[in-house]
Parts: sequence; C-alpha cells; structure tokens
Amino acid sequence: MPCTQPSQPSADPRWKSLDRAMQRHDYRPDALIETLHAAQEVFGYLDTDTLRYIANRLQVPPSKVYGVTTFYNHFNTKPRGEHTLVVCTGTACHVKGNDRILAWMQEHFGLIPGETTPDNRLSLVEVRCLGACALAPVIVPDGTITGKTSFAETTAIITEWLGNAA
Amino acid sequence: MQREELERQAATRRQFLDGFAHHILVCAGLGCLHNEEIIAALREIIAAQGLEQQILVRKVGCMGLCALGPVVLVLPEETSYQTVTPGDAAEIIAALGKQPIQRLLLPATLPFFTRQHKNVLALSGRIDPESIDDYLAAGGYTAVFKAITEMRPTDIIREIQESGLRGRGGAGYPTGLKWSTVAKATGKKKYLVCNADEGDPGAFMDRSILESTPHAVLEGMIIAAYAVGADCGYIYVRAEYPLAVKRLKLAIREAERKNLLGHAICGGAFNLNLQIRLGAGAFVCGEETALLESIEGRRGLPRPRPPYPAEKGLWGSPTLINNVETFANIPPIINRGAAWFAGLGTEKSKGTKVFALTGKISHTGLIEVPMGTTLREIVFEIGGGIPGGHAFKAIQTGGPSGGCIPAEHLDTPVSYESLGALGSIMGSGGMIVIDETSSMVEIVKYFMQFCRDESCGKCIPCRVGTAQIFDLLTKFCGYRATRADLASLEMLCDLVKNTSLCGLGQSAPNPVLSTLRYFRREYLDRIVDPIPPSPEDKS
Repeated sequence: MPCTQPSQPSADPRWKSLDRAMQRHDYRPDALIETLHAAQEVFGYLDTDTLRYIANRLQVPPSKVYGVTTFYNHFNTKPRGEHTLVVCTGTACHVKGNDRILAWMQEHFGLIPGETTPDNRLSLVEVRCLGACALAPVIVPDGTITGKTSFAETTAIITEWLGNAA
Repeated sequence: MQREELERQAATRRQFLDGFAHHILVCAGLGCLHNEEIIAALREIIAAQGLEQQILVRKVGCMGLCALGPVVLVLPEETSYQTVTPGDAAEIIAALGKQPIQRLLLPATLPFFTRQHKNVLALSGRIDPESIDDYLAAGGYTAVFKAITEMRPTDIIREIQESGLRGRGGAGYPTGLKWSTVAKATGKKKYLVCNADEGDPGAFMDRSILESTPHAVLEGMIIAAYAVGADCGYIYVRAEYPLAVKRLKLAIREAERKNLLGHAICGGAFNLNLQIRLGAGAFVCGEETALLESIEGRRGLPRPRPPYPAEKGLWGSPTLINNVETFANIPPIINRGAAWFAGLGTEKSKGTKVFALTGKISHTGLIEVPMGTTLREIVFEIGGGIPGGHAFKAIQTGGPSGGCIPAEHLDTPVSYESLGALGSIMGSGGMIVIDETSSMVEIVKYFMQFCRDESCGKCIPCRVGTAQIFDLLTKFCGYRATRADLASLEMLCDLVKNTSLCGLGQSAPNPVLSTLRYFRREYLDRIVDPIPPSPEDKS
C-alpha cells in the first residue's frame, strides 16, 4: 500500500464507486483489467485522469496502465456519443452483408468504426461476433439486438432509430 | 451442506415440478429475441384463467434451432413451436392437451432433432439456467458427490484418460493426460482456469453452454480441481457475452450458498474458490498463455512454450486450462463411466461434439453429434441444406484458424484427424457454410484482416506476415495480382505458419492455404495475366 493515499480527483461519487471496485480486489496490481472494466462502467470511457488515478492506486506504472488500456479493444479512451450503434462483423454477419452496412455508415455519416460524429450524437462500434449468429446480420442500436434483416431493412431501422432518438 | 440435504432439496424441487399438468418452456437464450415478452404474455393469460396450479411457464436455455426462434416447448407432450410471438400465447395455452397448433408446429421428426446425440446439451433447453434447484432436480451435481465422496483423485484422472476425451477448445490435446501432468506437478499452489474466451467469429457453443447450463461447467471444474489438487480457479469469459456472465455469476453464488464451492465442499476437506475474469476484446487471449497473462492483469501477449501452463502457469504455478465444453463433458463421464463415453465417436476422437452452424444454411443453430458424423449429414440433413436454391460451395471450420472444405470432401467423417488431413482444423466447433454466391478469396481476405487486426504484435512473422498476406489478398480481390504475388503469397503463408510464436500466427495462413488447395482457380482468375486452365487444376 502507498504511504499516502492518492486523493480522489474530485468529489464526484463515481470515484468512490471505482475505489470500492479496487478495494474488492485488495488493490492488487493484477486486478488492473477488472479495475479498468469498473472504471469504464462508471465513467463511460477511460481518460488520462482516470488512468493516472488507477496507476497510483494500484501501484502500477502509468505506462503499463496505458499499454493495457490500449491493447484491449473493449476499452475506449474517448467519450462515446449520445447514441451508439454496434455493428457485428463476425463471419456470419459479414457473409450476410454487414460489410455493406459499415460502408453505408461511412457514406451517410462519415463514420468508421471507433469514431463519433463531430456533433457527438452517434458513435459507431464494431464488435467481432456477439455469438448471435442465427440473427445475422446483427446490429445493436443503443443496446437492443436487432437481426435477421436485409440490407434495406437494416438501413431503414438505423434511419428510423436515429430519427426517433432525435 | 451435506449430500443428503442436497438430495432432499432436489427431491423437493422434482416434486414441485411434477405437480403441474403442463410445462411451457420458453427459450431465453441470446438468439431468441422477445422471450421475456412471451413469458410475460403466457403468465398473464394463465393468471387471468386461474391456471397457476396446472401450468408452469419456465425460462430455459437454448434449444438449438436458433434460426426458427423464439422456440417454445410444451411438456409432457414434447410439442415444439417455432417463431412464437407474444400474441401466440393465448392460442398455445388453449391448445394444451389438445391438437397442437399446426401453424407454429415444429415436427418432432425433423432430422435436426432426430439425428442429434445430446450429451453436453442434454439439459440445455430443459432447465432454468438461473436455478440451481432445477439443475439439482435434473440430476445435477451427482457427479461431484460421486467424485468427492467415492473416488480418489487418481481414480478420476484414470477415468478421464480411459474415456479418451480430448480438449474441445480446438487443439484436441488429451484431457486426461493434461490433468495427470498438473496433478503430478510439484508446487503447493495449483490453479484451475476455464477458457471461455470464445473468440472465433461465427462460433457460439461456449456462450450457449454458459447461458443454458452454467452449473454443468462449474460441476466439471469442481471435479477437475479435486482431481489435480487446485483450490483456486478462474473463468475467463468474453465481455461481449453479458448474459453468459450474468448467469455464470449467479450460478457461482448459488453453488457457494449450497456449499458446492468454497470451504469444505460436501463436508470434506476440499476447498475451491472460483472467480470470473472478464476479457476485454482481444482474440489472442483465447490462446492459453496469452489468457494467463491477461488474468495476471497484463497485455495478452503469449508466452513461449515450454514451459507449458501445466508446469508453470498462473504466477508460475502449475495450472490446468480447459475449455468450457471440455468441462461440461466431465460430469456425464463420471456419472456414466469412461466406457460409455469411449463407445461414442471414432477410434481417436471419442464422444460427441457441439457445433455452431451458421452462414448460408437453413437451420442455423447449435447441434451436438457423435464424432464421425459426416459433414454431409451435418449440412444437408441436420442443417437442412442451403436456402434460396443456391449450391453448396464450401464449409469453413475452425474460424480464422481453420480452413475451407469443398463439396468433394463432404463425406468426410468429422474428427480431429480427418479435418486436419483436409488442411482445416476441428477448432472450437464453428461451422460456416458458404454458397456459390460468395467469393472464396473475399472470405479469406476477411479472415486475414481479422488475424492482422488481432495479432498481438509480439512476434514478427505474425505481426508483419499477416499484414503482408492481407495486402496481397487485397490485390487478388482487386484483380491486380501478378504471378509473382501468387508465389509470394505461398512463401509467406509457409513462413508465418512455421515461425510464429503462438497458435494465432501458426494457424492464420490456414484459410489461404486450404483455398489455394481447393479453389486455386479463383486465385488464378484474378491474376492480371491469366493462366489458361490446365487439366490438373481444381476448380
């Protein structure tokens, strides 16, 4: 344990919740990935302040924390937009046309996977197989799994969802 | 909790379940959307008609036929309904004990049901995955009781060795041999790891097993830990499977409450503490040594082997790593004996195997067949063939590490050896059917892009080689390749396969090599200076 405990960056109660997650693992350095999951869950993304705080708390070099964060696709260092569209690019979804959906997203919203629109409205995320291959091609607008649709139906769903979400 | 007490609880649950005239089981797997609404609609109508004492609605795990989901099963009639909507609830209840609804009926004679041999999936779709009492009532945890109270660790290991069970994660290493290596390894602390990092795109066997019968996996792990002398275990599961994680967490909590995990299990001297570790979206972490690195909180970079994890694994201690399906195979082997298991399958590949059928196939879903079943039976009988009147072109097994098998080899019996001889691998069990409308070079490019993106970058052959192969394939896809490119492609595949550090790189060229072998014409047709067809070319 450090001699002086690093203080929480602000009074935001989410820091407390992150502390509790680290405490559950006895502040063990090997619980770094678990801690990053917990931090991303409460903050939505992992910014430099969060990573620095975790590094101090777990006594892990900041370079290692950053290295681990950027190694894994699941962790994002930039905030997500108001809405998130997840597109599955597993083999079954690829064979059934999700490559065309990604091309369509780029054409219509200028988005490639991992990016957010400049107005912070929509983020596009690519996942490598959700394991729901019977529903291929699968898209997940704001957490609702949608599938078994044609290209035209999928684009219509996305357009309608964004219209309703406005 | 003692064995007698748990047996009493199981009997109480059985008695409760037997008290109902009808059971309506609704698949609550990831693939059956709107199942919660269906359950709510059924319960509402039952309550309105005052039938709570006669009809029990239960959410259950995957029934396999995901393509026709949501699937509902009515017991004791064994009537299955397909593509059910909440609006069908009243009709389903009205038809109980009468003629089934023809419009929704799934015929029981469908080869999808009759040609399977369920062992690991026997309870999948039959019990509530979120209820340990349901699992106990169905005979669950009897293998743990038997193993801990009646068998010595060496007896268990001998049983597993005699069964001929081989690792279901892909490589097919004999499970009993691995267990005995860990059991013999010296060291006070030993670890147990369940590899649930099912990264192959198009494969969902492990997700389904964890979502449908999480206790079966725990049961296998408890027996394994007892056999090798481990008291601490981790389940490394993908973060992309939130439902599986949720059910697994619940299962661990329930098992701890019943003293099937924790201290002094079944009143004996054996302890086991199980924890879940969430993956974070790195395909390479399915490789066992990369997975260990990840559990230790580092980047998922593979370690050179030897030393193998059985000798030096987590924190340098002997560690047993098995796949989800391997663990789920353990309880039936302990209950029914090694001879029963060894009687299934082929000479060198024993037992049954779960496969995920996807792609251009009618009955997309999860199946379990004895080893030795031919690919033709799997695709055309159980899988129902290719939809839309298209012709079969190839079946891709083993994900990005596997190969594409053409129509002329459809009569091959599935086993570790036979698929290897065809230039593919068994892999974890994903089977993707490709029809004539798809270009093989395009599909191979997709897999190579996957491997390039997922290469951890530790060793040069994989990091640079996959990128170079991908660039060459892009040239082929754009009809810009030259004969020199074809030669480079073959040379690079050989190099990456033979010099990469871990399984990811060593197997990454497989899709290219198998298509160069069976679909060479498609590559030749994309060369700027086309080579005229010669008699020895395979189409």
